[in-house]
Amino acid sequence: MAKTQKSVLKRVLKQLKGYKFWLILTVFFALVTVAGNLILPVLFGQIVDLIVGKNNVEFKAIYFKFIIIGAVIAITCIAQWLMSIINNHITYNVVKDIRAEAFAKIQRLPLKYIDAHSYGDIVSRNIADVDQFADGLLMGFTQLFTGVLTIIGTLVIMFVINWVIALVVFVITPLSLFVAKFIASKTYSMFKKTSQIRGEQTAFIDEMIGNLKVVKAFNREDENIEKFDEINSRLTSASLKSIFFSSLTNPCTRFVNAVVYAAVALSGALMLIGTFSVPAVSFTTGLLVSLLSYANQYTKPFNEISGVITELQNAVACAGRIYELIDEQPQKPDAENAKQLSDVEGNIEFENVYFSYTADKKLIENLNIKAKAGQRIAIVGPTGCGKTTLINLLMRFYDTTGGSIFVDGNNIMDVTRKSLRKNYGMVLQDTWLKSGTIRDNITIGKPDASEEEIIEAAKAARSHNFIMQLPKGYDTEIAEDGGNLSQGQKQLLCITRIMLCLPPMLILDEATSSIDTRTEVKIQEAFAKLMSGRTSFIVAHRLSTIKEADIILVMKEGNIVEQGTHTELLSLGGFYSKLYNSQFAV
Amino acid sequence: MRKLLKYLKAYKLQSVLAPLFKLLEASFELIVPLVVAAIIDNGIDGGAGTGYIVKACLILVLLGIIGLVCAVSAQYFAAKAAVGFSKGLRHDLFSKMQSLSYSQIDGLGTSKMITRMTSDVNQIQSGVNLVLRLFMRSPFIVFGAMIMAFVINAVAGGVFAIAIAVLCVVVFGIMLASIPLYKKVQGRLDRITTSTRETLTGARVLRAFCKEDEEIAEYGKRNGELTKAQLFVGKISALMNPLTYAIINCAIIVLLSVGALKVNSGTLDRGSVVALYNYMGQILIELIKLANLIITVTKSFACAGRVNEILEMQPAIKHGCLIGESVKSPFISFKNVCVNYGNASVNALDGVSFDVERGQTVGIIGGTGAGKTTLVNLIPHFYDAADGEILIEGENVNAVGDEVLRDKCGIVPQRAVLFEGTIRENMQWGKNDATDEEISEAVEAAQAADVIKAKENGLDEKVEQGGKNFSGGQRQRLTIARALVKKPEILILDDSASALDYATDAALRKSLKNLDYSPTVFIVSQRTSSIKHADKIIVLDGGKMIGVGTHEELLKSCEVYREIHYSQYEKEGA
Repeated sequence: MAKTQKSVLKRVLKQLKGYKFWLILTVFFALVTVAGNLILPVLFGQIVDLIVGKNNVEFKAIYFKFIIIGAVIAITCIAQWLMSIINNHITYNVVKDIRAEAFAKIQRLPLKYIDAHSYGDIVSRNIADVDQFADGLLMGFTQLFTGVLTIIGTLVIMFVINWVIALVVFVITPLSLFVAKFIASKTYSMFKKTSQIRGEQTAFIDEMIGNLKVVKAFNREDENIEKFDEINSRLTSASLKSIFFSSLTNPCTRFVNAVVYAAVALSGALMLIGTFSVPAVSFTTGLLVSLLSYANQYTKPFNEISGVITELQNAVACAGRIYELIDEQPQKPDAENAKQLSDVEGNIEFENVYFSYTADKKLIENLNIKAKAGQRIAIVGPTGCGKTTLINLLMRFYDTTGGSIFVDGNNIMDVTRKSLRKNYGMVLQDTWLKSGTIRDNITIGKPDASEEEIIEAAKAARSHNFIMQLPKGYDTEIAEDGGNLSQGQKQLLCITRIMLCLPPMLILDEATSSIDTRTEVKIQEAFAKLMSGRTSFIVAHRLSTIKEADIILVMKEGNIVEQGTHTELLSLGGFYSKLYNSQFAV
Repeated sequence: MRKLLKYLKAYKLQSVLAPLFKLLEASFELIVPLVVAAIIDNGIDGGAGTGYIVKACLILVLLGIIGLVCAVSAQYFAAKAAVGFSKGLRHDLFSKMQSLSYSQIDGLGTSKMITRMTSDVNQIQSGVNLVLRLFMRSPFIVFGAMIMAFVINAVAGGVFAIAIAVLCVVVFGIMLASIPLYKKVQGRLDRITTSTRETLTGARVLRAFCKEDEEIAEYGKRNGELTKAQLFVGKISALMNPLTYAIINCAIIVLLSVGALKVNSGTLDRGSVVALYNYMGQILIELIKLANLIITVTKSFACAGRVNEILEMQPAIKHGCLIGESVKSPFISFKNVCVNYGNASVNALDGVSFDVERGQTVGIIGGTGAGKTTLVNLIPHFYDAADGEILIEGENVNAVGDEVLRDKCGIVPQRAVLFEGTIRENMQWGKNDATDEEISEAVEAAQAADVIKAKENGLDEKVEQGGKNFSGGQRQRLTIARALVKKPEILILDDSASALDYATDAALRKSLKNLDYSPTVFIVSQRTSSIKHADKIIVLDGGKMIGVGTHEELLKSCEVYREIHYSQYEKEGA
């Protein structure tokens, strides 16, 4: 077994530790089931021995045996059922644990990871891979224990009945284990590859189905299908390989079984007719019948175990991908003595801040900003100049590579992320709504808000009217990513969220870009009220919003090239004035 | 499931051969008890001697070898057919999804489509594979054993028949009961997928509101519901194994007591009783395998139902046939158009009528939710008008093929999305064989030249999924360039300059005006500055058209337009 495979397997076993009690229970029921399965052939064999020939049948003894058999059947059935239920219980709970762990991990991953990985692949790990893992695990439980126990039990009984024949069986069977192991070691990498391509395909589906509207607008359906088919073909050939090779195990072990069966028949029959005999071993036709049936029972689990092994290969390969996600480096945890940021006034300071997304491409260098409590800081500049990056740093979505940022004199690295973010209200241009009701979306920052508060906030954000026009008002369910709402309406809802929780500092990144200006003017009144006494960072292209800012930071290529008030900057006649005057051109 | 069977058609040969080889294998297996009976009756009881027994045992090994060959072939064909099946299914599903209308996409949601495409199809694939491998084999062994039993003794055969009938009832009963339950499980899986996707797409917002723990708690709840559903259906399907076990063993009891009577009266020999017992034993082994299989198959049935739901969705868009003559003028004409999004209490568009000549620029302005996007989405026939008609060159858009129609249009959607690949690949969305010159021409016109210049690899720069490695404004300009590459007859800009600064916006408008192929341009905007030079401006309010005309006309005649304009210019001191 490959090394990685082993370590993954170890992880799985560790995951099972919490279910010790259930594991013991399932082994117990497996024992009962196996015992029942093993006793029945003995009893039936005894009955066959009681049926000798014409007028030579001992009915009384036979009927007595039937009663015993009936009891054994009943007990075995119940044990079997309970075993299955327990196995389900363990498997699905383990899977639940793993999913929860993976999901919790996603919450702790740095945004850098999320930004750099395709969502589809992560989703595929948490859904498809975990599912496959569950299938394998369940099969393992249902068949591994009973399988191993059956093998041991049968061997013991066979030795008791006739040690010579048992020995014959014992010598031949390791062959099937060898075959199974050989095949399993070959298929692991195939399964892993299949799983990988599946992730790739999910990513493609996610991208294209998620943006289906653009796809349709460009008539790209055919090209997409082409690309899809290419991935699909690769997936198909990889699956074919892994499925076929893994399914070889069963026929191979079954062949070994046929050999075992023939060997038992041969040696048994020869002993009965006296071709050779072993002293001190009494043997009857009935016993041979039992032995043959044991030989079948004995080899069957080999079949199953080999099947389980291939299934487990797949499961382990999938588990490996989930653990990969779970083991991803999480964001740096809050410092141990991190403070709770509270009673924020809103003095924000950037001190010699350096930052870049990739080490080889500088972006922000030696940035210094001082914002006093209650000031309005506008950030302007051509697209791609680093405005969004500034927000990433303020909110600690990304950490600076050099220098520090202070809020009220506290280095933001020394306060908890939560308390830092709680003190900011953020509205981004890229609106995001979760599936759920309008109400759920508005109260995201203040879940215990009263109906009056919600309506008041919605009125301030000018979203109340359109919400009331929706079929169920505030209780209207909206689909993933906003469904039928217009871009502007989505933005109004995002603003309503902020209006409701009123944090002491604000970040507005093109917060009103999709809202019509008449509505915007009305919202601005509310914003103005909101911003008074609150430090606010505003990214906007509408210079009307910017004009009233206390400081305007003009950014270009990651640096601040000009800084000052609107009038100061205009009289400077530099980059800003060029930008400002351009809107009246054409 | 039946409807999905057509995907096996291309693999007819394989799907016939796989079970066939399995049947062969099974038939050889059925001979085994006969050989054993012969060994006992002739070899042991009849005294045929060592040679006979050795020969018989060699036959057993030979049967094993034949079985091996058959089984391997069967596995290969089954895998081939199953994998091919799901390939075809995935292909069709994907193209079906692509053919859905905008309103259907809105209703379904991305996550649901993804689980159907991945998890559900996977389940169906394992189902098909197993069915081909075992579903024929198991009934064959079961019924084969019964026939053999009839050959040996009619009464014993009767016992088999009754046992099998009871088994069928149990097996199908459990199956029928659990299919809807498995459907429920997959439905809950949908919700888990949604949670996972949302936590990724909304990572910034969720973290800004410190929702991590709530997200985990909510996911935990949904996860728990999934587990509960899985456990419940598990309890029912777990009955399959013990029940079949009990039925078979009870049948053996009956068989042996019947056999005992017959042997006693001399109508049956002992070897036959052993053979009958062996056949019953084989049925048991087969059924235990079958029980595991049936769980998988049941799951596949549930998943097949879900996949079918999508495959059976009718594209909601209407397609009429061509009537009316094509006319040169007006180029585009809206006649009393109304739109309603399914369940909304108000029409999204209400009685909109206007004409546009070729080469004109049309500005569309109005409040949030006024219907601006809806209006432009009607031109490429993304939605159907509930009432009225939209004519392009005199032809109803319902009648013109969507592909032809959309080929005429260059569309820049509100949300600027780029796709994974290179910039060049993204630009070629508009025109597959666009040369670098055509691309740079479009890029130039879209004011995106500096975006590409700033990138090390120029057009070959990698674009990450969704264009995450570009800023909002960069993405917006690139999406404009993408629409211009194909030199569309109709250019639709749906508020697509919102992230651009005024200077770039102004330069963009200027360059659009100077395009040598002079497209008909629709500009949706919030800013009057973006549209004031348009030949025609349409003012929308609550889905109604409340003004149409030039900037100057509207300033005089349209109250709302005036308000919009002055809300932007009063303060900015025009």
